Amino acid sequence: MAIIHDVMPVFELFQPTTVDDTLALLETYKKDAWVLAGGLDTFDWLKDRNKRRKVVVDLSGVEELRGVKTTADGGIEIGAATTLTNLVKHPFVKEKYPILTQAAELVASPQIRNQGTVGGNVSQDTRCWYYRSGWSCYRAGGNICYADTPTAINREHALFDANRCVAVNPSDTAPALIALDAKMVIRSSDGERVVDAEDYFIGPSIDIMRMTVLRPGELLTAIRVPATWAGAEFYFEKVRERQVWDFPLVNVAATLKVANGTIEGSRIVVNAVAARPMRLTSVEDAVAGKPRNEETATMAGELAVQGARPLAHNGYKIPLMRNLVKRAIRGEAQA
Amino acid sequence: MTVQAQTPQEPSHVSRRAFIKVVIASGAAVSASAYLFRAPTLLGQSSLPGAVERLMTLNVNGQMRRVDVLKQETLATTLRYKLGLTGTKLGCDRSECGACTVLIDDVPHYSCSILTHTVRSQKILTVEGLESANGTLHPVQQAVVDEQGFQCAFCMSGFIMATVGYLKANPNPTRAELAHGISGNLCRCMDYDKILRSMTRAAEYMQRAT
Repeated sequence: MAIIHDVMPVFELFQPTTVDDTLALLETYKKDAWVLAGGLDTFDWLKDRNKRRKVVVDLSGVEELRGVKTTADGGIEIGAATTLTNLVKHPFVKEKYPILTQAAELVASPQIRNQGTVGGNVSQDTRCWYYRSGWSCYRAGGNICYADTPTAINREHALFDANRCVAVNPSDTAPALIALDAKMVIRSSDGERVVDAEDYFIGPSIDIMRMTVLRPGELLTAIRVPATWAGAEFYFEKVRERQVWDFPLVNVAATLKVANGTIEGSRIVVNAVAARPMRLTSVEDAVAGKPRNEETATMAGELAVQGARPLAHNGYKIPLMRNLVKRAIRGEAQA
Repeated sequence: MTVQAQTPQEPSHVSRRAFIKVVIASGAAVSASAYLFRAPTLLGQSSLPGAVERLMTLNVNGQMRRVDVLKQETLATTLRYKLGLTGTKLGCDRSECGACTVLIDDVPHYSCSILTHTVRSQKILTVEGLESANGTLHPVQQAVVDEQGFQCAFCMSGFIMATVGYLKANPNPTRAELAHGISGNLCRCMDYDKILRSMTRAAEYMQRAT
């Protein structure tokens, strides 16, 4: 599709300064409202005329959504509109949860990190290029998946849990947050609910048109990272075609508690292989109590890719994912 | 309104003429109300929280510029087409190429991907604002001239702004750090080697100046 360089189609803009005002606006306009944080996902949709809303609610003026606070239990609470750069620069995060610093630093480009938010990074829509080009696929309300036809180019697409749609979740911070057992704080005018980061994301078998559990009228306000995994051993690696800007082909985030060379507990998450970040509970169970060595790492890698169903062009993701999980268990220094 | 008035409950009581009068009168009241509610809007107290006024004052290159901005307008559009600051280039318009990079409160941003209304209270610096009042080039500009850093130079102002922003945060970078720091910009002439040479020299100039 030709790139349109014209001004975006008209919308009504609101710039509330408090979360309460924001929620009131979202309650008033419901499905007509679009939440704008950094805008790096938003503007593509609006500029390409592929999605349209009557009302845009800009969160840039809501001070209480920004910044990283330490909580009473020794964990942290990240405001959803904290920019990725500010998360990367935060000394406490870097000291206790370097996996999060690493993941945020590997997102996109400097300018995008200066503007893009943590909440936006986890809540962003999939980057399937058929869907984002405005084709009326399942995810867009149609009845075909263009990425899964005999002639489709689907190098970036899913290995697991595809259900009609084969798009993947492109977030880098999401697997790191799940590995840290983070909690997502969601508010609406009805009140607050807190969901595990793991359950924040949904696949096409639950709702093919959404990436997260957020409903119209709801706002992700904060992400709480408990102290449970602070100071554990971390591993994060992202593989992409270009060493800047690009979305992951596969990324892996792992937190491990190791004592005397034995893995006592772990959380291992892989993203960009399914419509939601995949927590590999079978691998976690299998490596528990095992010595941290090459044999365990190899076993973990093999187990991780069990059940993968490659499409025409994304078969390379299987060895990629296998090796990333293997390296995560080994915990070797990143290349 | 017309539809409501035509509901058939009491048709006999409303003559056609009276009905038209009512329509005209209520129309006048509605349009007058716009004037009644205008004053509080200007004071920032409109009925809905966070409503936005199109006329604004924008701090660009140290000047306060009055400008009428559409709600859906990006900063790049305002700078280029409303304020005549065409040094900021529009390449991809999708936050991919970096040609539109400007500094917002000293931090590099893609101006194609931020609403002008979002930055109404912030300081914007474009490539036009770099040289000093007496016409002396900014060290980064001077380094680009001295090294002949660009071929077609469409991407140049974006690269210069990204470098100025990066050097504020890290004034003494290695070449690799610099490459990483300005990696959000693309050059289709593939002149990266010369660009990096210019920007390394720029860092030297900046240090010498301070």
